[in-house]
Amino acid sequence: MLKFIARRLVLGLITLAILLVIITLIPNIAPGDPARKIAGGTATPERLAQVNESLGLRDPVSTQLTNLGQSVFTLDFGESFSVAAGQPVMDLVFTALGNSAKLVALSLIIMVPLAILGGLVAAYKKDTWIDRTIVNTGLAFSSIPDFVAGVFLLAFLAVPFEFFKVQANAPPGSSILVQIQHLLLPAIAVLMVYFGYIARITRAGTITSLDADYTRTAFMRGLTTREVFRKHVARNALQPTVAVLGTQLGYLFGGMVALEIVFQYPGLGNLIIRAVDRADYPVLRAGVLTVAIIYMLATLAADLLIAWMNPRARLNIGEDA
Amino acid sequence: MTTTEITDDGIVSDPDTAALAIEDLELSYVVRGTPRAVLRGVTFEVRPGEAYGLVGESGCGKSTTAYAALRYLPSNGQIDGGRVTSSGQELTSMSAKELREFRARQASMVFQDPVQAVNPVLKIGRQVAEAFEVMGQSKSEAKKSALAALHRVRIASPESVMDRYPYQLSGGMLQRVVIAMALACDPKLLVLDEPTTGLDATVEAEVLDLVRDLRSELNSAILLIAHNLGVIRTMCDRVGVMYAGRVVEEGTVEEVFDNPSHPYTVGLLNSIPRQGLRKTDRELFAIPGNLPQIGEPLPTCVYVDRCPIANDTCRTEVPPIVDRSEGHWTRCHFPDRLDEIPEPEEVSEVVAVGSEEVVGVHGVSKTFRQRGHDIPALVSVDLGFAEGETLGLVGESGSGKSTLAKTMLGVYEADEGGEITLRGRPMAGKATKRVEESIRSLQMVFQNPDSALNRAWTVRRILTRSITRLTGMKGDEADKRAVEVAEAMRLSPRHLDMRPRQLSGGLKQRVAIARAFAGDPNVVVCDEPTSALDVSVQAAILNLLASLQRDDRTSYLFISHDISVVRYLADRIAVMYVGRIMELGSTEQIFEGPNHPYTEALLSAVPSVDGQAENRIPLTGEIPSPANPPSGCVFHTRCHRFIEGLCEVTEPEMHELSPGHTIKCHLTVEQLSQPVEITEKDRMADVAEPLE
Amino acid sequence: MTAFDPEAPETPHDPLDLHPASDEDGGAPQAATRKQVRKEQRMMLFKSPGFIIGVLIVGFWVLSAVWPSLLTTYGPDEFVDAPPRTGPSSEAWLGTDGVGRDVYTRIIYGARPILIVAPLATAIAIVMGTFLGLVMGYYRGWVDEILSRIIEAILSIPVILMAILVVFTFGRSRPVVIFTIAILFVPAITRTIRSAAIAESELDYVTSAKMRGESGVFIVSREILPNVTGLVVVELTVRLGYAVFTYATLAFLGLVGTNITTADWGIDVSQNYEQIVRDVWWPSIFPAMAIASLVIGVNLITDSIDKALKS
Repeated sequence: MLKFIARRLVLGLITLAILLVIITLIPNIAPGDPARKIAGGTATPERLAQVNESLGLRDPVSTQLTNLGQSVFTLDFGESFSVAAGQPVMDLVFTALGNSAKLVALSLIIMVPLAILGGLVAAYKKDTWIDRTIVNTGLAFSSIPDFVAGVFLLAFLAVPFEFFKVQANAPPGSSILVQIQHLLLPAIAVLMVYFGYIARITRAGTITSLDADYTRTAFMRGLTTREVFRKHVARNALQPTVAVLGTQLGYLFGGMVALEIVFQYPGLGNLIIRAVDRADYPVLRAGVLTVAIIYMLATLAADLLIAWMNPRARLNIGEDA
Repeated sequence: MTTTEITDDGIVSDPDTAALAIEDLELSYVVRGTPRAVLRGVTFEVRPGEAYGLVGESGCGKSTTAYAALRYLPSNGQIDGGRVTSSGQELTSMSAKELREFRARQASMVFQDPVQAVNPVLKIGRQVAEAFEVMGQSKSEAKKSALAALHRVRIASPESVMDRYPYQLSGGMLQRVVIAMALACDPKLLVLDEPTTGLDATVEAEVLDLVRDLRSELNSAILLIAHNLGVIRTMCDRVGVMYAGRVVEEGTVEEVFDNPSHPYTVGLLNSIPRQGLRKTDRELFAIPGNLPQIGEPLPTCVYVDRCPIANDTCRTEVPPIVDRSEGHWTRCHFPDRLDEIPEPEEVSEVVAVGSEEVVGVHGVSKTFRQRGHDIPALVSVDLGFAEGETLGLVGESGSGKSTLAKTMLGVYEADEGGEITLRGRPMAGKATKRVEESIRSLQMVFQNPDSALNRAWTVRRILTRSITRLTGMKGDEADKRAVEVAEAMRLSPRHLDMRPRQLSGGLKQRVAIARAFAGDPNVVVCDEPTSALDVSVQAAILNLLASLQRDDRTSYLFISHDISVVRYLADRIAVMYVGRIMELGSTEQIFEGPNHPYTEALLSAVPSVDGQAENRIPLTGEIPSPANPPSGCVFHTRCHRFIEGLCEVTEPEMHELSPGHTIKCHLTVEQLSQPVEITEKDRMADVAEPLE
Repeated sequence: MTAFDPEAPETPHDPLDLHPASDEDGGAPQAATRKQVRKEQRMMLFKSPGFIIGVLIVGFWVLSAVWPSLLTTYGPDEFVDAPPRTGPSSEAWLGTDGVGRDVYTRIIYGARPILIVAPLATAIAIVMGTFLGLVMGYYRGWVDEILSRIIEAILSIPVILMAILVVFTFGRSRPVVIFTIAILFVPAITRTIRSAAIAESELDYVTSAKMRGESGVFIVSREILPNVTGLVVVELTVRLGYAVFTYATLAFLGLVGTNITTADWGIDVSQNYEQIVRDVWWPSIFPAMAIASLVIGVNLITDSIDKALKS
């Protein structure tokens, strides 16, 4: 098992290294002066100099890459240009990350059980109207942009019902229940966006598992449907769901940019957009990398969970991209 | 068994005591809202303690019957009529709870693929114990019972097996585990659905031996579903022959197999090579036509469309049940006219095998590299093919048969040092580097035509492409040739514009053969070409291969796990083990012996439809991995004639037993001819290597 | 219990679905030709309500994008005869926005940018992704190994974040947006096609082609490609949905150009959503509905095609 974790960690680090290369290359391959691109067309010469200085854009690409690598491992991305001028970038990132974590946690607590339940029911009732309703509703909502869902929720829940809050960020010092109340709408938006996807994956996994001979063996042994599900189907059927949730966690932290804007929530996505608006490249870069690291940790966790669920998965991890 | 009730649909003597009585069962699957009949009045019984076999080709409904015996129906399945009873309890009217209780305590089922039948994420111990917990045992009792159960199925170290996950065990070991679980409740009825299909012949023999041995210890009645007639013959007391959702003939295995009374049974039995039949003797009998599709309306007699002796009576009247002898009946109007069924054709001309070597394999080795390790998959193989000769290649899976085929054909490049020659001239290793002449001369027919034919291409395109590549013909000329080749394979021109998925399995394999013959090859490698096909279709393909050989003087390398098929077709036989040829000789020499101990074990493993029971030599343990071959003779770990101090030290040289018959073994002819004694310990199965 | 057919594992083909030509007769009347199979698939597709609704929705938006003046008499930047923030009425069917433009007209004109960017980006991505996936899946080796790692790395960041980073650095012009979306979709497409190509490469028809000495180019383009086209079509429609998603989000975030008065659904939502709390919901909700309807329309088509191909 230790060997497995080590191998998996090495793979994660390789991915991170490649990502660092890509992120370093992006400003350098853009046509024209990279500093001007980053600082914006109207930047003063002093500003340009500051950009060049702090990002080391005049250095050779290899030096830029080492510097960025160092930043990742020391968690020091320098100071913010403009979002909060002079403050260490990581302070901003950590505050935003904390906020994002709250939203993600609540969203998962609501979405995961519902989606898995939906998937299980759909699989068990395969090809009935219940199945079709679950699958089609999920399909209709999934891949609707998160902000569109958010705007609908604003109009149809926040405006008519006092209970739902327009602003996801509770006033400072609020109790946890009040905080949850404020976060409810974006969490529902996440539910709308993800329910169909997760339910569909769970459904497919469950159908495969229900069709398997070992499930038939269990039924033939005289176990009840409930026992068969609990002891034999669940652990096999939910493996794809766990894998997908692992990959989606990074998206939840960093991909809900527009949703955080709609509900004016100071999460990671919001920070990144403020950085874009104010041409604050260090903050932007650190934000993006943070999301990547979260993605890696989340997929690592998912892989470990799957390895625990399925002994066989321990063997062939990292065989395939 | 006091009264014998003869109903319109078969015979059930006493449904109150029978371990299983199925009476006039009709069952259908609902597909897109339309019910399609699968079982159309199945009637038979399995008496207490007896082994009853159901035999028939794909799609005849035998598996559905097996599931129905435990009332396990798919959600789209529905019982339209009839009764299923076990010891007087009627399954068809049981509540869900009663049914669970019945399955937990009175009946068990073993599925075809043991790898699928166990839960991949749970340790063996837990799964076996669960079978006992269902019956109310406590956790610790169940664990003890599980150990005992594994011991009972002749597993040498049950503790170690309990602690493993399924993927850490071989297929044969898993099937033992599955059987152990099935026997947990000491069932009155044990249903085995193709329990050995997909296992190697040696493993199959082990599993069958085990079941046969256990029968004497148990009170179970057995319902065995199999398409392999030999398995049924060696395992069962009585047999029912199924066709199109009905039992058409029933009786003791001896009666039915030695004295068949239904044209279908006759056809089935004539389609397999029996009693050492050879290609020079006669053709095999191929049943014309196809099984009626599931759900199609049936004619009066289910077999009438394919029956060679059918007349107007058969088309207008439902055949009655005709008693042939005590307990042997057939559903045929004219069981006395069966000798009118035309005998398969005698082979008129016998074409002698040429003397000159056309294609030669000389000292060919193939070593794969994987993660820095060398894996010698082929070790110094020597084979030669004379014109018009069939060389049979046998050995367990993993012995390197397919690697040899792919190396000959240039998919893999042979290691330095060996060479593959065409009329004495060496050819390049990789197919892309071979000249047209070399490519043309060596072709291959694969096991699974679904995989071997490009699904996106029409038959015409598949053929013309090969013709163009192999002969250089283009356009109309290639097209003309394609029509010719197709005709030679008895494909009609209409088939040329179809795609593979529109063709049946047999037709697809004909297309694959046509492709191989597109450019007049010298040697065609046939890798299990009929193992995915039903026996009646297999017969047609084997006939085709034999007649092509007579006409074109083509040589075959014929790889098969089915010894009787190899015996039918092959002039010489090579036996392979861990990438080495262990024995090579003419078919007569191989079957008369003496043999290499490995060959001896392989030959004794084959369940024969002719019913001769011989002293079987068990081949327990697993085939060693070529990555880590045993020292000395690679077979010494499993050899029943092992000589300590010699076999595990020195690798034997190939030496001649008689002219043309060579083996790789230290033993002399005299030593090899001694009978061996098989102890109980030899029959125990052990896991290959300790757990990490 | 789920529907299954215990007889199925015994037969390589499904006896209920197809009518394969039988072995000996040579002239089985039930044998369907390829054309008939195709035709049946098409008929099934055309008859499926999901497909019809999807085509109607997408068709309407395509018409709006190509010929907006057919559907509205106003211009997108024209002020209409109703005061700003008028609700849906006979003068302005879907109301007017904060400065008095007709919301309906802006939605009609707003279809154009998204229907230029999304299909173009998807087309570019599909061509590149299919090519890469086939080549990587067939040849494998170290190039595949390296590219797979790069793909993994890019996929570790949400597409929208990566898009923000790239558009921010390269500028917000339309070509940049198109190519950014295209490039960012390539990894996911490549991964899908690659695993299909690996599966195909393991089949014996590829082995057989190698034995004939066929070139790699021939095997990839003539043997394997035709067998993955169904997958490519499904991938195309799936990605089209995501491209709409991505473009709309970028527009909402103000990253698709510098002119915030352009008629564009995403921009219109972002310009007007804050007024929802003041009960002026129509200038943002209607364009949001337009986005949702386009996505749903594309999804319905995707789903029906997927089902028809699998049948």
